[in-house]
Amino acid sequence: MHSKSKIIMVTVASVILGLWAIVTIIPLYWMIIGSVQDTTLSATYKPQMIPSIWSVAPFERFFSKTSAWRWLFNSVFISAVLTATNVFFGSLAGYAFAKLKFPGSKTVFWVLLSTMMIPAQVTLIPLYVLIINVFNLGDTYTAIILPGAVSVGNIFLMKQYMSSLPTSLIHAARIDACSEFGIFWKVILPLAKPGLAVLAIFTFVTSWNDFFWPFLITSSDEMRTIQVGLASFVFAESTDYGAIMAGATVGALPMMILFFSLQRYFLQGITIGAVKG
Amino acid sequence: MRTTVASRSSSSAFMRFCRDYGWAYLFILAPVLLFLVFTLYPVISALIMSFQHYNPMNTTWIGLNNYKTLFQDDVFWKSMRNTVIFTIGTVPVNIVITFVLSYFIFQMKNSWQTLFKATLYLPTVASGVTLSIVWIAIYDPTSTGLINRFLGLFGIDPVIWLGQSSTALFSLMLMNWLGSHGAGIILYLAAMGGIPKSLYEAADIDHASGWTKFARITWPLLKPTTLYLLVTGVITSFQVFISVYLMTHGGPNFATTTIAYLIYDTAFKFYDFGLASAQSFVLAIMIIIVSVIQFKFLSSDVEY
Repeated sequence: MHSKSKIIMVTVASVILGLWAIVTIIPLYWMIIGSVQDTTLSATYKPQMIPSIWSVAPFERFFSKTSAWRWLFNSVFISAVLTATNVFFGSLAGYAFAKLKFPGSKTVFWVLLSTMMIPAQVTLIPLYVLIINVFNLGDTYTAIILPGAVSVGNIFLMKQYMSSLPTSLIHAARIDACSEFGIFWKVILPLAKPGLAVLAIFTFVTSWNDFFWPFLITSSDEMRTIQVGLASFVFAESTDYGAIMAGATVGALPMMILFFSLQRYFLQGITIGAVKG
Repeated sequence: MRTTVASRSSSSAFMRFCRDYGWAYLFILAPVLLFLVFTLYPVISALIMSFQHYNPMNTTWIGLNNYKTLFQDDVFWKSMRNTVIFTIGTVPVNIVITFVLSYFIFQMKNSWQTLFKATLYLPTVASGVTLSIVWIAIYDPTSTGLINRFLGLFGIDPVIWLGQSSTALFSLMLMNWLGSHGAGIILYLAAMGGIPKSLYEAADIDHASGWTKFARITWPLLKPTTLYLLVTGVITSFQVFISVYLMTHGGPNFATTTIAYLIYDTAFKFYDFGLASAQSFVLAIMIIIVSVIQFKFLSSDVEY
């Protein structure tokens, strides 16, 4: 009786999960499949679930009509720099808050953490004025990168993670007369590698997908990231369905490939330091 | 003589302070500087701006006028209404969907768990811009659109999903429901795995029903995760922007204008930085109040 109801439960669960998984995947499938069918060839041709005509022409048109290669380079460069700064400064500060005792440590940490409740819209306008008018940095890499160089969320994540590392090793290193930075660099960082990997991956994906700030602060075509460029392309080119889908695919595919190759980190990583319980 | 001793001891105390704590302060220097320049200063500056008629050449102090203007503005109230409807319509629904999916996945064997986790997580790594573009195509009002084509199979006429005020906001919510639950599922699964089996075994000895086990063990022990998803979900949802900007431009007839979109419009279309700052403070206060209420109501029995 008991095992029978268990079997029914698992069957129902599988069916619902299967259907939901299909619904979740359909938009991405529709995008990729739409990018390999050339709708401009015939006025009556509609994109199909299983295409009858395969073509790479939409991709060729997307790359020839836009500066997409440049946008991709910008996205890779900006995401890489943001990843490096966030991993370094985030783990450094996270380590200090987790393992070093200093006056004001708790206060500073909570002040930083409470800023996560402030919506981006509040700081946006003064930030815009500051970057454009005061620092004269409009339309530069620095402007896109600097405000996000180390995010509070990442410091929080690293503090949680560092707290779980053994303190005894730090004491041992201190007795061996390591400098404090030496301890961090030679003892802590190697121990924290799994946490740093997760932090790096999530920062890279977040930076790659970020839209609003780069959109606001860039004005020239060659400074756009792929996301900002894509949005401008859709506004300019509302009729070329295939090219639009090709663009959307170009914007998303690198992260999907990253996801499939580093799945383990994505699926376990998010739980480090998130919530206890 | 006396003074030199005093100054020497105070300088050596300073040296000792530096030696003991200098490194720690150096380690947190970068985020603290960024906080001062890119968060604290902008927040104060925005607060001042909200009492001004901002103009790079000639800024004038106008007291509470911006706040008066916005509270008398129909579009502002409409955007408040839209934001609240969107939040109430998406966040709790999403938590229920996430929870049910996680609960089902938890019953599966390990290899199936990984498959479902990966599949349901995938849309999380696609950008908001990409997803918005794809959903514009899915909602296409002609019979090219995927949803209209699907409805056509049942003889239902094409619907102008994004182009009419009666369905536009709902369309954005539907996209949100069918979007990604990946991050939440992983958090729930980790929490479910952390519930000790002995609790269920003890309940079995007492012949507790499945529902009792759910209501007395599973749900209470998952409350911290639910609270986390609720608070972060509401904060995100209050700031929904990309889909509105790309898919509807806040229209038609302000039917999808959310507060975040209104702030953008006020600031960067009409260049009224003062009024936009006032709007952003109303949004910030809403977020803080709602977050505090959620913590008060839900975290009271979280500790066990």
